[in-house]
Amino acid sequence: MTDTVAPPKIELLTFRLADQEYALDIMSVREIRGWTQATPLPHAPHYMKGVINLRGTVLPVMDLGARLDLAAREQTARNVIIVVKHEDSMTGLLVDAVSDIVALTSNDLQAPPEISPGQSAGVVSALTLIDKRMIRVLNLAATIVVQEGIAA
Amino acid sequence: MSAEIDPMAEIRASFFIECEELLEALQDGLETIESGEDDPETINVVFRAVHSIKGGAGAFGLEALVRFAHRYETVLDEVRAGRMVVSGDALKVFFQAADHLSDLVRISCDGAALPDAETQTLLGLLDGFLGSEAKTDNDEPDIEFQPMGIALDLGFDDDGEPELEEPEQGALPTLDQPFHASRQTFLIEFMPAAGFFETGNEAALLLRNLSALGDATVVLDADQLPEFANISPVVPHLCWQISLKTDGSRDDILSVFDFVEGLCKLDVSQSQEDATPQPEPAETPSEPAPLVTPLPKDIPAAVNTTASEKKQANAAPAKSVVRVDLDRIERLVNLVGELVINQAMLSQSLEQSGLSPHSDAMNGLEEFQRLTRDIQDSVMMIRAQPVKSLFQRMSRIIREASSAINKEVRFHTIGEGTEVDKTVIERLADPLTHMIRNAVDHGLEGADARVAAGKSAQGNVSLSAAHRSGRVVIEVSDDGGGINRPKVLQIAIDKGLIPAETKLSDAEIDNLLFLPGFSTASVVSDLSGRGVGMDVVRNAIQALGGRITISSTSGEGTVFSISLPLTLAVLDGMVIEVAGQTLVLPLNLVVETLTLTDQDVEMVSPDRFVIKVRSGFVPVFDLGAALGYRKPMKTFENAVILIIAREDESQSALIIDNIVDQRQVVIKGLDEGFYRAPGIAAATILGDGQIALIVDPADIIDGMVSEVVSLRNLIDLGVPA
Repeated sequence: MTDTVAPPKIELLTFRLADQEYALDIMSVREIRGWTQATPLPHAPHYMKGVINLRGTVLPVMDLGARLDLAAREQTARNVIIVVKHEDSMTGLLVDAVSDIVALTSNDLQAPPEISPGQSAGVVSALTLIDKRMIRVLNLAATIVVQEGIAA
Repeated sequence: MSAEIDPMAEIRASFFIECEELLEALQDGLETIESGEDDPETINVVFRAVHSIKGGAGAFGLEALVRFAHRYETVLDEVRAGRMVVSGDALKVFFQAADHLSDLVRISCDGAALPDAETQTLLGLLDGFLGSEAKTDNDEPDIEFQPMGIALDLGFDDDGEPELEEPEQGALPTLDQPFHASRQTFLIEFMPAAGFFETGNEAALLLRNLSALGDATVVLDADQLPEFANISPVVPHLCWQISLKTDGSRDDILSVFDFVEGLCKLDVSQSQEDATPQPEPAETPSEPAPLVTPLPKDIPAAVNTTASEKKQANAAPAKSVVRVDLDRIERLVNLVGELVINQAMLSQSLEQSGLSPHSDAMNGLEEFQRLTRDIQDSVMMIRAQPVKSLFQRMSRIIREASSAINKEVRFHTIGEGTEVDKTVIERLADPLTHMIRNAVDHGLEGADARVAAGKSAQGNVSLSAAHRSGRVVIEVSDDGGGINRPKVLQIAIDKGLIPAETKLSDAEIDNLLFLPGFSTASVVSDLSGRGVGMDVVRNAIQALGGRITISSTSGEGTVFSISLPLTLAVLDGMVIEVAGQTLVLPLNLVVETLTLTDQDVEMVSPDRFVIKVRSGFVPVFDLGAALGYRKPMKTFENAVILIIAREDESQSALIIDNIVDQRQVVIKGLDEGFYRAPGIAAATILGDGQIALIVDPADIIDGMVSEVVSLRNLIDLGVPA
């Protein structure tokens, strides 16, 4: 137990996507599971992989790489689905591999440079350096909710 | 009301739940009276409902509610005593008062501000029915609150049948009964009937209450007691003859049996030696008529028996009911869903293991399947509820809507007993309210126009519910002028919703009503022009997996019909394969399956095909292409087609690759906020753990048809797809 007055601590789950490193606030992560074949949804946006069975509930899965317009990669056995909860709905995010859990303080985070508006605007909420590697911290709401405007 | 933990809070909450049931009974009774099918018992039911609300409200110190209920009750008592005849106007006020009472209950529950002005107006109207004797029993409430309050907390776990209430009920009349009644002797014959014990009644308690009224001599008649071996503990066999010397009236005696009415045979007659006129004809809970004048012994007995038998015929003996938190039921439903999926997985793996179909394991599995299905059916029954409560809410909407715009409307309901999943009922309330308001406001013409058209000045709106081929069909119909199609078309063009030169069929024009931003009222009325259009209604219905259609005949009226799935939880499905994907179709829509050859298919335009099926031509749609799984097929050789029937009896053919299986599937909703795939109603989990999408063929066919007609595309422009 410490009672030092320090900036609030943040724990991040870091993962890899097309040779880049990304991170999500671990509080929004419910579980991580291996890749299973998704049932595609007709006429869905290209980054929607479809739906999978998560212990009896239907979980929509989004290909995070495609969502962020990253280069298409081959699917491998190391691919995992990070199940996140935003507000009341659960979503699966398909990523290349999960790397680590890191604890930071908010001082370690830097605002990203201004990006021109577009589908990916606002998706990266902060940048941080861990062992000289740059990690992009994702804004979950912007990542998931944006397609409501396109497809809801 | 306060934030701190209050031991009364729970009791109070159950009082409000009970109030809902009482208000429903009140509404029911008034409707029966309105329909002219009432018997003397009906007004008693109405009176008792108001009385119980008053009593409970008194126990919780809800004074406004008590005051209003008391005056209402006083007027009803006049009717009950036969001193007042219920005219059409009086009934209208009664309905308003019932609505206001339910408002007051709700306001008291929320602790919001009371609408005093409205209360005063209605009280004035109610008082108008009372003559000079109106004020005679103004001091009565103080005496009556306490007993009812006690009754409430004892009986709230039951269905409004607080059997322990009798002590107070029995003792009560001696309190507010004046002393001028002379002591007289009654002969009472009391015989519990089947169902008496099921509601937790106890004959000994009733007899004890009876003896509290005076000197009672009780004789047990055990003649009908069967041999010991044949005694069933739940069937009453005993009968009692009681001779009671009392100061009280016949009504006091009847009130002891208030809560077992219909559950017993009861004869109360005055002993001949002291048959004197009854001094107060006011209190007549069960039979007003025989009391006004002294009658020979036999007649009241006979009347009384028929009344109680009649009641038994009308309403089956009250069933005992358990109130369960909806969350617990949801959980059970989910677990059963899991069980079904699990069972499917198990059978699939056992089949693949190559066991003999006659082995013990396979036989056991069959039994397991049957049991699972039975459990599932039973669990689904728990959530099914009659649509009656919903219809009652609508009758209030009708009353309010018709008085707001001064149209006389008669409301008919058909099929109130139709059972629908509770969640469906709840989510139907808003769209139905809107449709009912529309029917009154836009559907019906004004009285003058109606008379000119040779119709009755009073408009008719009816609401019906029925089960039809595995779905629930709810119809809102009016006998108004029908949809004014030229006007609708003009408005759509004026508002820029469709291009000016568009040629549309009648049905397509009707469908324009569902366009977002469409409102036909030239002046936005307070009633239905609330910025909510029929498009919102349609979206709400679609979200429930339902469809809404219009049929309108000029001069005769309009029918909106909503077709809904029975439950949101299970479906008898046909498992099919299309373009490598496994899909599920609702089985009840599939009329026929066929295998095609190229000769069967005729082209009507480059991408439109029909097949000849016995009676005529049926349009063909390629399911795989419609869902974007593949390019449209070039040849139809060996294609499998399903003939699909729509609610409007029209048929269409869907091309698929293969039929896999028929089975019951558990419906899993697709997250609405996330992404709604056109043509997909929901999803399910198959035996191998994979998710299969459940297709809504009607949605797909509509989508394909409209690509040609392009009406739906227009509609879709407004709602982002």
